[in-house]
Amino acid sequence: MIPELGQFALALAMAIALVQSVVPMIGAARGNLVWMRSAQSTALGQLLFVGVAFGALMWAFVVSDFTVVNVAENSNSLKPMLFKVAATWGSHEGSLLLWTLILTLFGAGVAMFGSNIPHALRARTLAVQAWISLGFLSFMLFTSNPFLRISPPPVDGNDLNPLLQDVGLAMHPPLLYIGYVGFSIVFSFAVAALIEGRVDAAWARWVRPWTLAAWVSLTAGLALGSWWAYYELGWGGWWFWDPVENVAFMPWLLGTALLHSAIVTEKRGAFKSWTILLAILTFSLSLLGTFIVRSGLLTSVHAFAVDPERGIYILALLGVSIGGSLTLFAARAPSMEGGGLFAPVSREGGLLINNLLLATACGTVLFGTLYPLFLEAVTGDKISVGPPFFNASFVPIMMPLLLVMGFGPFLTWKRADLRGISQRLWMVAAVAAVAALVLWYLVTKGPVLAILAFGLGIWLFLATLQDWGARIKLFRAPFSESLRRARNLPRASHGMTMAHLGLAVCIFGFVGSSAWKEEIVTFAEPGTEVQIAGFDIRFAKVESVPGPNYTAFRATLVVNRAGAFVQNLYPERRIYPVAQSTTTESSIRHTLAGDLYAAISEPAAETAGDVWTLRVIYEPLVNFIWLGSFMLVLGGALSLSDRRLRVGAPRRAKMPEMAQPAE
Amino acid sequence: MQRVLVMLPVAVVIVIGGFFLWGLNPDRDPNAIPSALVSHPAPAFELDAVDGVDVPGLKTADLAAAGEPVLVNVFASWCVPCRAEHKVLTRLAASEGFPLFGINYKDKPEAARDWLNELGNPYQRIGSDLSGRAGIEWGISGVPESFLVNAEGTVVWRYVGPIASAQAQDELRDALAAARAAGAGS
Repeated sequence: MIPELGQFALALAMAIALVQSVVPMIGAARGNLVWMRSAQSTALGQLLFVGVAFGALMWAFVVSDFTVVNVAENSNSLKPMLFKVAATWGSHEGSLLLWTLILTLFGAGVAMFGSNIPHALRARTLAVQAWISLGFLSFMLFTSNPFLRISPPPVDGNDLNPLLQDVGLAMHPPLLYIGYVGFSIVFSFAVAALIEGRVDAAWARWVRPWTLAAWVSLTAGLALGSWWAYYELGWGGWWFWDPVENVAFMPWLLGTALLHSAIVTEKRGAFKSWTILLAILTFSLSLLGTFIVRSGLLTSVHAFAVDPERGIYILALLGVSIGGSLTLFAARAPSMEGGGLFAPVSREGGLLINNLLLATACGTVLFGTLYPLFLEAVTGDKISVGPPFFNASFVPIMMPLLLVMGFGPFLTWKRADLRGISQRLWMVAAVAAVAALVLWYLVTKGPVLAILAFGLGIWLFLATLQDWGARIKLFRAPFSESLRRARNLPRASHGMTMAHLGLAVCIFGFVGSSAWKEEIVTFAEPGTEVQIAGFDIRFAKVESVPGPNYTAFRATLVVNRAGAFVQNLYPERRIYPVAQSTTTESSIRHTLAGDLYAAISEPAAETAGDVWTLRVIYEPLVNFIWLGSFMLVLGGALSLSDRRLRVGAPRRAKMPEMAQPAE
Repeated sequence: MQRVLVMLPVAVVIVIGGFFLWGLNPDRDPNAIPSALVSHPAPAFELDAVDGVDVPGLKTADLAAAGEPVLVNVFASWCVPCRAEHKVLTRLAASEGFPLFGINYKDKPEAARDWLNELGNPYQRIGSDLSGRAGIEWGISGVPESFLVNAEGTVVWRYVGPIASAQAQDELRDALAAARAAGAGS
């Protein structure tokens, strides 16, 4: 009964979306306030009914209702409750429902909290949002119904892919989707502005909190996802340039660019058409990700079960939404007037470089991700594009970005005094250079590029601190005054400082764990000893331990350093009889200086008895990645809590001087 | 000019969309690689020697030209299990007396050269497979992977992973003996 209610709720949500996609649009065109305001109630109605459907599916998972195909295929009565709940979004159908739920959540958010937005813009935005949810609701109801029944029902379910039975997984898709799908509302704002034919500073102000909210959760989702890969998959790495990782990363890159270009549009009225284009492209990349994951177009570890019919449907959806919005952009963008003039060295100029670099980096990742497909289509050759391509192309693009980021906050609008800034920053540059040289002296192995990147990280860190210190006159004024200044500084400013520092901290982690990593893979039996990064590790024993829906082989590794006992590590190999698969449960000694990571896998040969493949990795500074990601998220959240984003549009003391278009 | 420029995003999207439409062809399986070759002739391939390593490259014709069963081993300097396997292969090639050919898979020539200089070079021929193309022809699922090719140039045995455990070594000896016996009988 409950699954049928869920299906009924979905159908109702689709009917409401249909109304919402037409009525507010006509209302906005005719100036009919009642029709415009109807969007607010329908947006809430959509959220309600999609929420009911989602709840119904979750209920089916919680009570293990195996008459529902989706539950039978992805759950099992022995599974811990947390993972039963998480299995709701573990399959293609369920995750699509989550997608739609978040889509309607953002629509309802604008309906509830967007009271400062003009009625016409809000109505059009919600109508565009309804077009998207119409596309996805119809996709779900016609090709991927999560509530299909099965008869006769199986006695027990197939179990969720054991790799996905981890707390990291329970959290990471919802967060990733909030970010991913959250950009939909920014897209809707952009399309609404194009339809309206007006983009101004106020528009950028309204859009920014939504961009920021989506960006914050996308950052958190990406960080959690890579943490999950690192911790759960036993691959001894946190990023693999897998197509599906790339398609989640590309919206982040463009979203970051959007966040910065929207500032220019808001403060200076420039970059208007560029900001709109970024808003459209960011969400287009989210859609592209959905398409790639669900169409089986590229080979990836993340792919869902593939169905060509679904692929065609999403491709059509992509064609209409991306093609349509970009055509609209092509028609309207030339008529958008440019903003104020600025000198090449100015905050506008700095943010322009930021945008160019981020967009180029994103283009590089896009090209690398799709290149195997292009090549196969043109020549029939099958190749894979892996980390070497991305390390050689993406990393060098990001390094100048770090350099410019150090200067960025010091630049003033319109025209900046480069000499003055250099005078304030030369100490920082000198310290970073010396630190890099010392590092080069200490660390002999690893590429020179790594030393350079590390030095740039130090530069960014110190330059950001210097900027913050200058703003609150730290050490230049009495401490009480600095404190007062820090309190009065807008939260967005603290947020920027925190996020930029976070990126610098991430860089330390990225460089340390990829350039100076040590790894040993060996066949081990009780008594085997290995040495890595100053640790002596003895493989003591392997024993069999039962778990709730698996059996584990648990190894005991005794870790010593300089003859003194440090701790034991217990990596596990888990065997899931129902799902007929195995997973690696790594054991990690976390310290800020680096992680000592151990994993075991199957005996090298069945007859070999107690021989295991032991993998020990030392990843220096890897925890800085999560620390830095946390700081990025915190910075975004601080900025989001700035009250200036909640109050109305900015008021200008005087109108900006209109001059030649500067775009 | 600006009118042309604003059309650019649409144009790019249409081109990419065309590729996607092609990619959705239900007959196409992106995960498919040519299937295991056992009992089939070795695939056609031709690889140059690794720069700075003083053994010749490897091509299909070289396999049959040996006139006896040969072991083709896919290895790379970045592959850690290959290091474990290397010692075993060096010893087996000497004790069992079979020609050992190598395919250096997606490896920088200088890295491969250093690796061989450090560990020794048991290979009579090494082909440098920078693009990974030969690896696909051979249908490898990872590195290391080894194929035993008989005197007629037919693949008779395949092993995925390092030939290091006692069991793997026995398998290789058995396959080698069978291939030699069949060759002597015909």
